[in-house]
Amino acid sequence: MKEIIEGSYAVAEAVRLCRPQVISAYPITPQTHIVEALASMVADCKLDAEYICVESEFSALSACIGASTAGSRTYSATTSQGLALMYEVCFNAAGMRLPIVMTIANRAMSAPLSIWNDQQDSISLRDSGWIQLYAEDNQEALDLHLLAYRICEDHEILLPAFVCFDGFILSHTYEPVDMPSQEEVDAYLPAFNPYQRLDAKDPISFGMYATPDYYMEFRYENQRAMLRTKKKIIEYGTLFKEQFGRDYSGLIEGYKLEDAEIALVAMGSICGTVKDAIDEMRNDGIKVGLLKIRCFRPFPEEEIAAALAHVRTVAILDKNVSLGSKGAVGLEIKDALYGSSIAVYDYILGLGGRDIRKKDIRAITKLAEQGSGDMFYGLREELL
Amino acid sequence: MPLNIGCTARPGRGRDNKTGSWRVFYPIFTDEKCTGCEICILLCPEGCIEKEGEKRYVPDLNYCKGCGLCAEECPGEAITMEKEEK
Amino acid sequence: MVDKSIEHFECGHRACGGCGAATAVRMILKGAGENVIVVSPTGCLEVFSTPYPETAWKVPWIHSLFENAAAVASGIEASLKRQGRSEKVLVIGGDGATVDIGMLCLSGAFERNHNITYICYDNEAYMNTGIQRSGATPFDASTSTSPAGSCSMGNKHSKKDVPAILAAHGSPYVATASLSYPADLMKKVETAVNTPGATYIQIHTPCCTGWGFDGDQTVAVGKLAIETGLWVNYEMVNGVVRKAKKVKRKPVEEYLSVQKRFRHLFKPKKNEEEIAKIQAIADANAAKFGIDI
Repeated sequence: MKEIIEGSYAVAEAVRLCRPQVISAYPITPQTHIVEALASMVADCKLDAEYICVESEFSALSACIGASTAGSRTYSATTSQGLALMYEVCFNAAGMRLPIVMTIANRAMSAPLSIWNDQQDSISLRDSGWIQLYAEDNQEALDLHLLAYRICEDHEILLPAFVCFDGFILSHTYEPVDMPSQEEVDAYLPAFNPYQRLDAKDPISFGMYATPDYYMEFRYENQRAMLRTKKKIIEYGTLFKEQFGRDYSGLIEGYKLEDAEIALVAMGSICGTVKDAIDEMRNDGIKVGLLKIRCFRPFPEEEIAAALAHVRTVAILDKNVSLGSKGAVGLEIKDALYGSSIAVYDYILGLGGRDIRKKDIRAITKLAEQGSGDMFYGLREELL
Repeated sequence: MPLNIGCTARPGRGRDNKTGSWRVFYPIFTDEKCTGCEICILLCPEGCIEKEGEKRYVPDLNYCKGCGLCAEECPGEAITMEKEEK
Repeated sequence: MVDKSIEHFECGHRACGGCGAATAVRMILKGAGENVIVVSPTGCLEVFSTPYPETAWKVPWIHSLFENAAAVASGIEASLKRQGRSEKVLVIGGDGATVDIGMLCLSGAFERNHNITYICYDNEAYMNTGIQRSGATPFDASTSTSPAGSCSMGNKHSKKDVPAILAAHGSPYVATASLSYPADLMKKVETAVNTPGATYIQIHTPCCTGWGFDGDQTVAVGKLAIETGLWVNYEMVNGVVRKAKKVKRKPVEEYLSVQKRFRHLFKPKKNEEEIAKIQAIADANAAKFGIDI
């Protein structure tokens, strides 16, 4: 059903439709509307779930671990400082192979304190073993939650997932979305069937420790599960298209990329701005296209290399920076394109909510054409 | 044998580790002095003392670490610790 | 009625010979009955009981991290409630994981009054990592991070009173126990597990390796702690002390002198002044709980 709804509320509704049994979340700007909406739904008996008002984000994800191992579909949401506080719990949940889905309303990391958007938070946890999906708009934000649960709970995967959508830009923006019905979601996402669970009738010890004789193989198994995820995204993304009409079978998506000479690479809401800028530049005869990354973990290395093989120049738009090095997405793209003669440039932009406009995209495209890159874009020189 | 996903295990393999090899002293139970109080069973950190009959209790020497708690606490002084001949 | 025949903890675990925690856990599981799910934080118990692929646990058990056992237990309890299942959720964790790094999650779980029982086996230091000081380390005890030396008498601080903290959270049942009094321990566990809401027991668990005494003295040392008044076995129901074990009190020296962690109070010379401070702690306990016969 079509409706105009704020991003956070769209996500909350999507989560409700996924029938989580246990929700455990701690409020943090700009995710608060999600957890408030869910609390409201529980209070009005619209959502039949246990809602734990935990005392910190650390406890939020820890409670999810407990609930998931006990056999419940579980959910949490956070961002920035909250996600950072969950750091060790994230590694723990992935290592324990628990299919927890968590919304990340991307926000900059303190210090300095900032409540505004960039993608440093989720990207900083790229090593943790969580699947990472990035939404371009509120429709994707809600759809990706259904997709995430479906993939994560597959017994061949059993990994947790971040569904990332840009804080304020998407979370607090009203957009038209097509909201599925409960029947449609139930048809797509079956009831949670845990691979193993805490059960007095079949006692299992969870979270044992692994000596050097075993640890590496456990990590390798996680890596294999991550790589199998690519196939599952295609499988369940295609299923999503058949059921709902929207195609999520691509880990990446091209926009006017097939004949592009210059490719812009981006993740998240910035893609919308980039597409508009590309339309304008195309009118001016610039053969520019967008490679949108929807799935950052597992990293679609081969898919990216194939999609960019024909371009001359690549400009990566990084809403994060690995301080002391470059933008994280840029580094991985460069790795994917290693050995090619493509000119690859990384632009760090939009940190801490710095606005990105079509003219900035045009400017960056020009910089890339001129061979000027690997820089912070849009700095206020007068402050430096 | 392939790994258990998520580093988990069902009960059973714990017994593979025969901690009796740690022992320097081992307990000798004198049935005639036993009062049947079963404090030895309760206090043993390994839980390796088994009841074999009326006032007859036997430590499983595969696991007994020879800590001597049973001997120390037995109210009937029915247990003594002897050094292992190795 | 406690079923003493329950054996939910297998032989073959790697605890030290004479380990108080291993003994305590066997008793706890008898008191808790069938149908439990156990959560353990990182620590001696978790490490000596679950080196992959060997596990000593015959009940469902989970270890997540060092400081989140109470939060994990909260999540399990919520899930079981949703599923209409009746297993009891039991946390068994050490003092380090409970009184220090675990306080956040502990406080939250008790504030929300989840239907869980949190049992802390208190061996009064971070034993598994090499006997470092915790918030439960007693005054003047020598540990590797509060060592006695020419400028130090050991740990400068008193034990954190976690039972009082959790009673202040509104816990319906809070108790202290000791492995040296097994019947009392098991009965308290049974009561705690069957009391609705968040309940807590702190069990004095002498550690031969960390405190410095022979493994066969574990129970004897535990008895001396109680007989000197440095540990009090009591029960609090809805925040009110209902029962405390009475003793004919012995001077604290009898307890301190048998442990290497207090040796600096006796060698090279007996330090009457420091021992008097510790005696004062015991005297205060005795007055507070009315334990003197």
